[in-house]
Amino acid sequence: MTLSKIWVLAEAVDGEVATTTLELLTKARELADTVECVYAGDDADDLADTLGEYGCETVHQTGDLEGALVGVPLAAAIVAAVEAGDGPDAILAATTYDGRDTAARLSVKLDRTVLTNCVDLELDGDALVASEPVFGGTTDVKTKFTGEGPFIVLVRPKSFAPEPSGGGSADVEDLDVPDLGASGGAVVTERHVEESEGPKLDEAAIVVSGGRGLGEASKYSMVADLAKALKGAAGASRAIVDAGWVPYSQQVGQTGKVVKPTVYIACGISGATQHLVGMKGSKNIIAINKDPEAPIFAVADLGIVGDVHKVMPQILEALSKR
Amino acid sequence: MNVVVCVKQIPDPADPGALDPGTKTLKRDVKLILDESDTYGVEMALQLVDKAGEGSVHLVSMAPNNERSGLATALAMGAASATLISDPALLGSDALTTAKLLAAAIGERDGVDLVISGSESSDGYTGTVPTQIAAVLDLPSITAAKAITVDGGQVQIQRQTNAGYDDVTCSLPCVVSVTAGVVEPRYPSFKGIMAAKSKPVDERTAADLGFDAGQVGWAGAGQEIVDIAAAPARSAGEVVEDDGESYTKVIEFLENLKVI
Repeated sequence: MTLSKIWVLAEAVDGEVATTTLELLTKARELADTVECVYAGDDADDLADTLGEYGCETVHQTGDLEGALVGVPLAAAIVAAVEAGDGPDAILAATTYDGRDTAARLSVKLDRTVLTNCVDLELDGDALVASEPVFGGTTDVKTKFTGEGPFIVLVRPKSFAPEPSGGGSADVEDLDVPDLGASGGAVVTERHVEESEGPKLDEAAIVVSGGRGLGEASKYSMVADLAKALKGAAGASRAIVDAGWVPYSQQVGQTGKVVKPTVYIACGISGATQHLVGMKGSKNIIAINKDPEAPIFAVADLGIVGDVHKVMPQILEALSKR
Repeated sequence: MNVVVCVKQIPDPADPGALDPGTKTLKRDVKLILDESDTYGVEMALQLVDKAGEGSVHLVSMAPNNERSGLATALAMGAASATLISDPALLGSDALTTAKLLAAAIGERDGVDLVISGSESSDGYTGTVPTQIAAVLDLPSITAAKAITVDGGQVQIQRQTNAGYDDVTCSLPCVVSVTAGVVEPRYPSFKGIMAAKSKPVDERTAADLGFDAGQVGWAGAGQEIVDIAAAPARSAGEVVEDDGESYTKVIEFLENLKVI
């Protein structure tokens, strides 16, 4: 049993199809006969080859949104298509800022529930069942949609490994955006890009993260230095992001980025459930923390019970001598 | 400047309770507290009202029981009043139903300029409720705000993005969700705690807000939990006490993985 049609919310980063979109397309192919994308923008022609390669047959694009935040116009356009009888059985979006906004608007306009934080999807007859980790990933809950579709699902990044299907370029079609009324008033006036060195946090093979155990903001430089020495990316726990030591874009966890690097080095991080959910999928985990009872040691392949202020400089020095 | 702040009362994340061995459901007798991520919204609202020099901060919250301890914290911080949607029928409500009820309670109030919430709760992490409230009220919404300024009838927001942030402008009224860290939440003063005891908290049932029992709670949710299972545990590896030489273990570990 498969669904007849799934729509994936396609997103682009720097003109390339976002990895999360490829992940969703890969899973969607298993679940439905036809996989298509909806896209907020006017440059779907540039994405059509890649989307097609991962199984998308048609991209429905909204055209230029003139700076409007994506959620309202994209959801309105999808709702119009559903009401016209052209809609899908399920709509999958990644847990991104725009994905969440769009799914939330859709759920109200279609009066359908939205299942969030999903890490796996399966079919039970023609009903979609989504798996969600709770209690910091110690328990898996499977939830089934009841009632009619379209089913709306928000999927966590890195839930599926992207695999091309070898399909040809996707067709590009226009998706009409109806009049938005009062809700369409939020407009982006300027975009700011924060430059960062080295690999991206959610793509790096090695991630070094710091937490409250560093003691003070200035000590985060040890984390940045170690990440640089290992040609990896530097991350952080929510505690020190909330404290203003490092920007939110470096946060690893339930709130923040999901990372699955080859090696994850947690420095001065106790391992609150909020953090574990974002890094437990790492292939190898090293933890340095002075509290032997810290929950991070329960998931670490190598745990050092010690003072980060002593151990980290020693690691850095040893690496510099190589 | 009248601001409504949506707040959630949740089990203390430091003591999230336990599974009841008899019923195998979460024990509900733990004390609820104000979700820490909501303290940022409350603080932001207080600062905006302060700056405007007029208006007040009103709280809206929902709970299956008439739990008030979390509301008391936000009132002690300086919010003027609260609406508590409290009804046993609400147990099991999904995010959409929650948003509809919160929106109904907000819609009862006149002259609301701005609705503020956290980005996501620290227990459910759904993260859709702020935008769903906006959609029910047919208002614009801006999520993941890391800075807010209000000027005349306009709000200027710095909205977090993957690459950095966007400057977003929007007319009032609208709904804004804030990231943790947007402002430094104040601690309630003793005076604030005492004053909170006499601040009005209006209770509403689902019926008061125009919902019947079939529309809320488990009955109204478009979803059903079909399985709960322990996740495959990640086994702990070697844990060593630092003796001044433990860094060599780290180097060795990295060497074995051929990443250095």
